[in-house]
Amino acid sequence: MEIIEILFGILAFLAIFSALMVVVSKNPVHSVLWLIVTFFAISGHYILLNAQFLAIVNIIVYAGAIMVLFLFVIMLINLNRETAPQKNRWLKMAGGVAGGCLLLVLVAAFKEVGMAEKQKAVVNVGDIGLIKSLGKELFTKYLVPFEISSVLFLSAMVGAVVIGKKE
Amino acid sequence: MIDWWFLLEKTILIAGIIGLSFFIAMYTTYAERKVAAWLQDRRGPNRAGPFGIFQPLADGGKLFFKEEIIPLASNRFLFVLGPALAMITALITSSVIPWAAPFTTKGGTQIPMQVADVNMGILLVFSFVSVGVYGIMIGGWASNNKFSLMAAVRGASQMVSYELPMGMSLIAVLMMTGSLQMSTIVSYQAEHGWNIWYQPLGFLIFFICALAECNRTPFDLPEAENELNFGYHQEYSSMKLGFYLFAEYINMFISSAIMATLFFGGYDIPFVKEELWGLSPFWLTVISFGVFMAKISFFLFVFLWIRWTIPRFRYDQLMNLGWKKLIPLALINMVITAAVILYFKK
Repeated sequence: MEIIEILFGILAFLAIFSALMVVVSKNPVHSVLWLIVTFFAISGHYILLNAQFLAIVNIIVYAGAIMVLFLFVIMLINLNRETAPQKNRWLKMAGGVAGGCLLLVLVAAFKEVGMAEKQKAVVNVGDIGLIKSLGKELFTKYLVPFEISSVLFLSAMVGAVVIGKKE
Repeated sequence: MIDWWFLLEKTILIAGIIGLSFFIAMYTTYAERKVAAWLQDRRGPNRAGPFGIFQPLADGGKLFFKEEIIPLASNRFLFVLGPALAMITALITSSVIPWAAPFTTKGGTQIPMQVADVNMGILLVFSFVSVGVYGIMIGGWASNNKFSLMAAVRGASQMVSYELPMGMSLIAVLMMTGSLQMSTIVSYQAEHGWNIWYQPLGFLIFFICALAECNRTPFDLPEAENELNFGYHQEYSSMKLGFYLFAEYINMFISSAIMATLFFGGYDIPFVKEELWGLSPFWLTVISFGVFMAKISFFLFVFLWIRWTIPRFRYDQLMNLGWKKLIPLALINMVITAAVILYFKK
């Protein structure tokens, strides 16, 4: 086995295991912490594909900023077993069925694509994921969508301020 | 398959840098007491060894042998994880800093004095600075103490708010050097002059934010003892407390190193051309390392100087400074830099 395959195996196991733990954990704070581990494992995958910028930004934005806000909220409302809402048994079953249906659709969709044989992931070559080539693409080929999405972010920010100001 | 020499070289470098970080952090605690004593007209520690030079060892020994108390109502695993995370994230950022000029062997191969010269250099530092919040938050929450939780939330919101102007002030520097790679930033400055001459405002913003990120006075609100008893590490004792306190000093050391690298030319020796000296590559590496350490020591001194001079901010003042003053200033700095670069390129 090549060293990259070993690394991929470890990262894939870590990603799936921690993602499962997010769902299984009883304590919401533990769930958030497992989600952070998941993000780190996914960043590891990006690095294997030589998409360094994506890997770092994933950590800065998701693990570093958004998850901190999640933790804030959960720590301050301080959920514990007594105050946690008791879920209906039927609701649980409905959730299980819905999740199973989604899994079925996903598996069916990926089976039809048949990527596994034709295209293998190109590991650790090419510089498409480096900041230079990414920036060039974004500011030449995709300039208009890029600017429009930045306006979208701005409007979201203004909206948040407006909601926050209203007492 | 695995290049064992490469592995050995990097292992030695990593061990060296971690050892160095611990050593410097140890003696920063000593320097802190001495500088405080000097500013307050006292003598400071002077019992252990000549000039009290073994004081940090005595402190460390004391922390090691103290009784370890884990509160019953705390979350045991997370309680231990908190200080460990604080320490790991403090140490990991040192991996992308170029510590000295690359050492050229007789065979002509260059050995960089840097653990990883990655393409994303400075962004990697940022990502681990932003992850560093978890050490404080997890520790504060897991101690199951209201004061600890309050302090942790304060600390986290402070660090998240000051990351923004820090990143923005950095963008101006990156526009000038045109690279995120630390070694390129240093060699650019060696060629074109230090960044501080072109980006004084950017440096000022960066420095203020570095103070806030390290939770140093005047931004030490997470540890405000008269409001929060002792802050987020209130329930900690023994070496776990030591880890938190020590991580703060390592953060100071690393942020001084990053400031020296980004704005003060890194290991570049000012006013001279080293190539004309005709020294052996070994001595060049050693001297450049010494110069870099001198720059870092200066910044560390400024950190201590500020701590014993300026009183603490109030919480609303802290937030106003971050969001309403530093971010607009950093944005203006960014726009002006971009305009000047565009003007000179045409």
